[in-house]
Amino acid sequence: MLLAEYSSKELLTQYGVKVPPGKVARTAKEAEDRCAEIDTRKYVVKAQIAAGGRGRAGGVKFAATPSSVRNEAEKMLAAQLTTDQTGDQPQTVTAVYVEAFVDHTAQYYIAIVLSPDTGQPTLLASPNGGIDFENLAKTNEGTVTTHQLSGDANSDKAPLIEFLASIGIEEPNAADQILSASDAFIANDMILLEINPFARKPDGHWVALDAKIAIDPSALFRHPELEAIATAQNLPQEESDAQKSNINLVKMTGNLGVVTNGAGLGLATNDMIIDEGGRPANFMDIRTTATSMDIARGVELLLNQPAVKAILLNIHGGGMTMCDTVAEGINFAYSRNERNLPIVARLAGQNAEWGRRILVERKVPVEIFDDLSAAVKRAVSVVSGGAS
Amino acid sequence: MGILIGPDTRLLVQGITGRAGTFYTDQAMRYGTTCVAGVRPGRGGTTHLGLPVFHTVNEAVAETEANASLVVVPAPKAADAIIEAIEADLDLVVCISERVPQHDMRRVKAALADSKTILVGPNSQGILAPGTCKIGVMPTRDAKPGSIGIASRSASLTSEVLARFSAADLGQSTTVGIGGDVLHGLGFVECLKRFGDDPETKAVVLIGELGGREEEEAANYLSSVDYGKPVIALVVGRHAPVGRRMGHAGTLSLLGAATANDKINALTSAGVLIANDVNDVVKTTLKAQDLANS
Repeated sequence: MLLAEYSSKELLTQYGVKVPPGKVARTAKEAEDRCAEIDTRKYVVKAQIAAGGRGRAGGVKFAATPSSVRNEAEKMLAAQLTTDQTGDQPQTVTAVYVEAFVDHTAQYYIAIVLSPDTGQPTLLASPNGGIDFENLAKTNEGTVTTHQLSGDANSDKAPLIEFLASIGIEEPNAADQILSASDAFIANDMILLEINPFARKPDGHWVALDAKIAIDPSALFRHPELEAIATAQNLPQEESDAQKSNINLVKMTGNLGVVTNGAGLGLATNDMIIDEGGRPANFMDIRTTATSMDIARGVELLLNQPAVKAILLNIHGGGMTMCDTVAEGINFAYSRNERNLPIVARLAGQNAEWGRRILVERKVPVEIFDDLSAAVKRAVSVVSGGAS
Repeated sequence: MGILIGPDTRLLVQGITGRAGTFYTDQAMRYGTTCVAGVRPGRGGTTHLGLPVFHTVNEAVAETEANASLVVVPAPKAADAIIEAIEADLDLVVCISERVPQHDMRRVKAALADSKTILVGPNSQGILAPGTCKIGVMPTRDAKPGSIGIASRSASLTSEVLARFSAADLGQSTTVGIGGDVLHGLGFVECLKRFGDDPETKAVVLIGELGGREEEEAANYLSSVDYGKPVIALVVGRHAPVGRRMGHAGTLSLLGAATANDKINALTSAGVLIANDVNDVVKTTLKAQDLANS
């Protein structure tokens, strides 16, 4: 769960990280009016979306006067922004952040993550911060150096100062801010805290010019205040509806709806569809805790998408999700939805025979295959207008 | 023989009295797993499914000589349960709870660092030694004893692949679900080492997916040793959109790269035979065994 820049900065400021003065605005007029509250000679207008790669996609503009701030905000608001990191889902810009432009002499990339090996917070740093950092890091493996933190500011301080000096950051105020960021990282269950760029002002003070925070969605139960921010701006509606029904759904741009149980089987099914020349409308992972009513709601989310022309059902029953539970869910969804889309089904594992019988007896428009490849081929042919 | 579990395993279940705890304990007992105790704070002194229930893991171990634990505890309390089992010096802890907060795993990793306990999971389907012992959530209908070792990041794909092996009369020595989370215990490398030492295992199948570093580390390990047994891998998510979480937390790669294709390339250079999709796994395994025998 990614926080927008202004939420990230608001949170970091509470822990002592320095950010330029700035205000969030939801209309172009508000953006212009807010300029009066920001003491600066030049402004930066930044589209607020919960994804990175914004600078390269035209989501950051400089403006010399409040009226040009207004113009830039006008263009950004309500526009759809597609960046390297939004994937298939362009994000609508519903807010802009107006910030003082800060002159700087160096820009670093700084991030804190939990190390997959040790589980402890780890600092990643590079002297090549800025909007081209991601591309640079992709092509050049030596760009980033890492430094292990413990999360205890007292014992972390001396080794951190030494590490920062080794990469060219000499000022103690930088170390203090990184320790503050580390405190914020731990206290808020962050799984990513990225400051890019972390910039040195001519007076030697460091400042976070941009900030991106990802909170662990599994830990939101202890951060109700962050949950409110997340629901206000994050997942597409269908995906958060699916989450409530114990289904992980990711919308894609194709026309073949996919119903599968298990993340791995879902990924494997989509690979096979695309290998076969088809285009999945979604990724689906029915979690083991889902009931047949949950599954019905998940299937309805697909039936309600006009782009979806047919559904491929690929279930391996086991654990607590049996094939008959899924078949009942399909049946519920079809019995209360007007779109009677063709289903190509392949059911294996626990209660497979029972599941098939439910689909056939309840007159769901299903074609059943034993072989997964045959089912995938057929489903792809159905959406591309193939005869039965 | 197999790895990690067997006839000597004496299992206790943390969270035995809940719906899932009851279900999986009952299934394990029916499969023949030696279950000796349950743990549920506040319910000590009672019995559940015919097993004695204790307040703490320490009490359960003292009374029943349990050496392994299955953790079926709601995610917010799962880390504390795992740490309790580590501190009681159990040989093996299997955690099937989903959505354990990653910062809770910081504490678990620290507790593991100076202990002898092996942690499998969280968000794991568990471990199955076909015909002998089951600790976890997997269906057993299609399992068959034999010589294929499976280590997997995905429960559903393990069931799928295992059913195909059994249909082709290729039994399994042990299947291990290492879990779908970024921060987890036992990884592919440790599984490979154990399968390598296990005389019953003749070939190892890795089931991976995009995200994380497991496949790359397995490739590094296999490049650095003369492994001696064929290794086959299926890596899914070849066409998944980048930057989205696809069910498992571990599929979201915040630090770029880690695509399925990168992993396939790394494994291929380490001599691993790649199965293109689930239909291809049995065929690829037979081919690998032919190569190994020629």
